[in-house]
This record gives sequence, structure tokens and C-alpha cells, in this order.
Amino acid sequence: MAKTQSFFTSLSAGRLAVIGVPYFWFLLLAAIPLLIVLKISLSEMESTSISNMIDWSHGWPRLTLNFASYQFLATDSLYIKTYLSSIKYALITTLLCLAIGYPFAYYMARSPKHMQPTLLMLIMLPFWTSFLLRIYAWKTLLVSNGVINNILMSLHIIDTPIEMMNNSFSLLLGMVYSYLPFMILPLYANLSKMDMRYLEAASDLGTSPFKAFWLITVPLSKAGIIAGSMLVFIPAVGEYVIPELLGGSSTLMIGRVLWDEFFSNNDWPMASAVAVVMILLILVPMGVYNKAQAEQMEGK
Amino acid sequence: MSNASNKVFAKTWMIAVYVFLYLPIITLVVFSFNDSKLVTVWSHASFRWYAALAQDSDLISAVLLSLEIAGLSALMSVFFGTFTAFALNRYKRFKGRTLLTSMSSMPLVMPDVIVGLSLLLMIVSVQNWLGFPERGLFTILLGHALLGTAYAAVVVTSRLREMDSKLDEAAMDLGCKPMQVFTLVTFPLLVPALVSAFLLTFTLSFDDVVLSSFLSGPGYSTMPMVIFSRARLGLNPTINAVATVTITVVTIAVIASSFYTSHQERKRKREEAQAYSDSNK
Repeated sequence: MAKTQSFFTSLSAGRLAVIGVPYFWFLLLAAIPLLIVLKISLSEMESTSISNMIDWSHGWPRLTLNFASYQFLATDSLYIKTYLSSIKYALITTLLCLAIGYPFAYYMARSPKHMQPTLLMLIMLPFWTSFLLRIYAWKTLLVSNGVINNILMSLHIIDTPIEMMNNSFSLLLGMVYSYLPFMILPLYANLSKMDMRYLEAASDLGTSPFKAFWLITVPLSKAGIIAGSMLVFIPAVGEYVIPELLGGSSTLMIGRVLWDEFFSNNDWPMASAVAVVMILLILVPMGVYNKAQAEQMEGK
Repeated sequence: MSNASNKVFAKTWMIAVYVFLYLPIITLVVFSFNDSKLVTVWSHASFRWYAALAQDSDLISAVLLSLEIAGLSALMSVFFGTFTAFALNRYKRFKGRTLLTSMSSMPLVMPDVIVGLSLLLMIVSVQNWLGFPERGLFTILLGHALLGTAYAAVVVTSRLREMDSKLDEAAMDLGCKPMQVFTLVTFPLLVPALVSAFLLTFTLSFDDVVLSSFLSGPGYSTMPMVIFSRARLGLNPTINAVATVTITVVTIAVIASSFYTSHQERKRKREEAQAYSDSNK
């Protein structure tokens, strides 16, 4: 065993602290809160407080599980429609990010070496400036008396403003815009490490560049594609701010439903049930992501 | 496709993506100097909205609150993130390692609304049980520090992974105690990563609206919360002014920190080369 390993493992008190501190932190703030959400989703609202799941009135604990919220979720077609619509928008966002981001990351990885840090910083820079302000900026660009319509009308390209706000178009534009760097960065990290000799070998053996791209580059960048897609898809499913500012009332997103159940209806069990079903929906993609990450680390 | 036209296509594609990414930011900045009350119609240049911003006490106190929360939560994030990175990097086998890995990556991917809701419900349960904490600055801090820890852990982990463990071994061979190895060797090498983790988590906190909305109490509105509630109602030119100020500060900070990092990198390389040539004398 390496010496650093033995130095740290020998220190059992230090080891306990180094593992214990983050463990306690994440248990308290990540794991336990999720269990509480599950618990509250199974209780019901009693005027202003939440019903007690464990009833001690008979002298012994009696567990009452209340599935009312879930029943309501399953029977009200609006919830089901909203889940499906969230998945649809998240999926389209992911595909658009991949279609725009893959060529970009590919070209970036093949641009001159001395240019790459600057190109990378230019991708990161908008990411550092407030996401909320950038979404707000799209609003000023897209509204019917907004910047884009004003320019097009003053150039006499159009006579009446184009409706670009509060519909699927503005929602998808905002989502692709916000999540594109999350697609580009893992793809670039992957593509810039690719061994170019494979492509040289393929071309020496007479493979056309197009065929080599599909047969070699794409399969080798599979890990980057998976990581990027999951980093876009998972948060996109539950997105709240973008649909609230750009989506209007016609685009259904589950993040907004959760928000309204909580803040407008004050129905905590319902908000929790919405959250639990959302977690179940993103559990599979999260598993795929974690597995891909683990494989990548093993490979190194 | 010929090679030349291929290159033209590549360049066009890249420029188009950059334009797409920067168009809204440039619009924000340009229209912050617009004199018109209408956010989208250009009249002539003026500092009118900056003057209005200076008078806007709601927004200014929100900015101050956000700065305070961002600074404190970034410190907490770097602290806990470094612990997480060490736990996952230095100890390859311990009970529940998988659980720690997935818990620490949970805030990275989980939608904000779920993280916010779950934290709030946990805090309310603790409140019912112990009588504190009140919702306010402290609870927002906890939320931001949770999110920040996950990001800081990623930054520190990637630095730990590329750091040469031979240096630690050499220090021990030369008689350093474990604590000395950390303070004299590991920590100084980690500093650039800690600085970038601090900057990243500071920005994340300064930018967050969803977690803050769930976790704040009456009287505690962060800057994004104020901007969000105004943006929901419509367009507001003071937002452009505050945006331009933040964008300027952030751009300067990012460029300065990247200069600092590359300077440190060069210095380290120079010292390594120096040490190597000295040892060969």
C-alpha cells in the first residue's frame, strides 16, 4: 500500500474526523431532509399544522400513513400532464444542447492549444454572471415590444411583432441558453483528452473522416455525452425560475407546481408528494450519471 | 467537405455560440445606460438608472445581505468541501463510502426546488423539536453552504487527484509529523484550488433565488429575491443597472483570479525547475 495511505489510515482519530465531519454534514442537510419530505408526503394538513404520523393516544405508537396526496396526484390529470410536459421540455432541451454543444466542444478541442484556455474561459464567464439576470435579459429581448422585435420592425423586415414570449419557444430558448455550458464542459473535457492516433490510424486505413467521426470519435466520447446530458436533463426537469420568467402560463412545468403548492396553497404534504414523484422520475437518470462517473474514475 | 470549408464552418459555429451566450449580457449592459423609461426602446445615453439604483434602499440592503451570506457560506463550503474531498480521496475503502459519494453529489444535480423544500421541512421539524433556528440569515446560510460544499468538494477533489503523493511521502521520509505534512506541504499546494472553490461558491450563493426563497424569513430578502420579484412583475431598468455593476465586478474578479492562478502555476514550475537544477549540481 502507498505510504500516504498508511499515514492517513494509521491515524484513526484523524481518519474518524476527516470522514465523520462531511458525513454528519451531508446526513443532516441532504439525507435526513429527503426522508422528512417522504414522511410529510404521507401525512395530511390539519388546518395549519401537519398531522402526526405516529399516534400515541392509545398508549402505544400507531403509524398512520396517509396516501391522500398521492391519490390526488394519480387521479388529477393536470399533474400527470405536467410531469409529462416537464420531461418533454427537459428532453428537448437536452437534445438541443447536445446538437449545439457537441460540434462546439469538438471544434474547441481541436483549436490551437494556446487558444483553448481563453475559449474555455469565455464559456465559463457567462456562467459566473448571475443566471437570474441573464434570464431577465432574454425577457427584454423577446417581449413583443422588446429589443429584437423593435430592431426587426425598424428595419422593415416585419410589420407586426413576432410572438416570442410566454410560450414553448421562449421557455426552450431560456433552458438551452442556461444549460448549454453544462453540456459543453464535460464534452470538451472528454474530447480534448482523446488520442488522435486512432483517427490517424483510421484515415491511414482508408476510412472517410465522416465515417471515422461516427465510428471512433462519438463512441470514445460516450462518457462525456452521458455526463453532459444528465447534467442538463436532471435539473431541467425541476426547473422553476426559467418557466416562471419566460414560460408564461401555458407551459406546464412541475417545478412551478411544487412552488405553488407550497407558497400559494400552503399544502406541504401535496408539495412533498410532488417532490417525491419528481425524485422517482430523476432517479434513473441519476443512477446512469453516477455509474458513468464511477466508470470514468476507474478508467483513470 | 474540403478542409478549408470545414474550418470556416467550425469558426462560424463557434462564433454563433459565443454570440448566443453573450447577446443577453451585452443587451443588459447597453440598456442600463438608456435614458428612456421603456427598457427596450433606446432614447439616449444617461446614468439615470444608476442614480435611481443609488437611491434604491431596498435593493442596496438586499445586496449587502447577499454579500454577507455569500462570504460566510463560501467559507463554510470551502471548509466542509475540503473535508469531503479528503474523505473521498484519501480513504478508498470505508463503510458507507458510496452513501457519502451520492449524498455529496446530490445537491449538484437535484433540482433546486427539491433541495429548498427538503431543507425547509427539516428546519421546521428541528424548530418544532428544539424551538430554534428561526428562519432568516442562518437558515439561508445552511442552504447555500450545502450547495457550495458539493461544488467545493468537486474543485478540491480534482486538485487532490493531480497532486503528487510523492511529495507527502518525501516530507514524511524527512521526518514530518502528519500534521506538519498537511500544514507545510499539502495545504500550500491546495491554496489555488481553495481560492477558486471560494470564488465559485461565493458566486453560487450570490446568484441563488430558489433556496433563499424557501429558507428566508420575514425581513430577509437577498438581492436575487428582490430582482426576481421585480422581474416577475415586468421590466425594470434599475435591474439593468444593478446587473451591469455585478457583471463588471465579476468579470474583473474572474480575470484577476485566472491571472493569479496562471502566475502561481508559472512560479511553481520555475521553483521546481530551480530545485531540480540545484539538486543536479
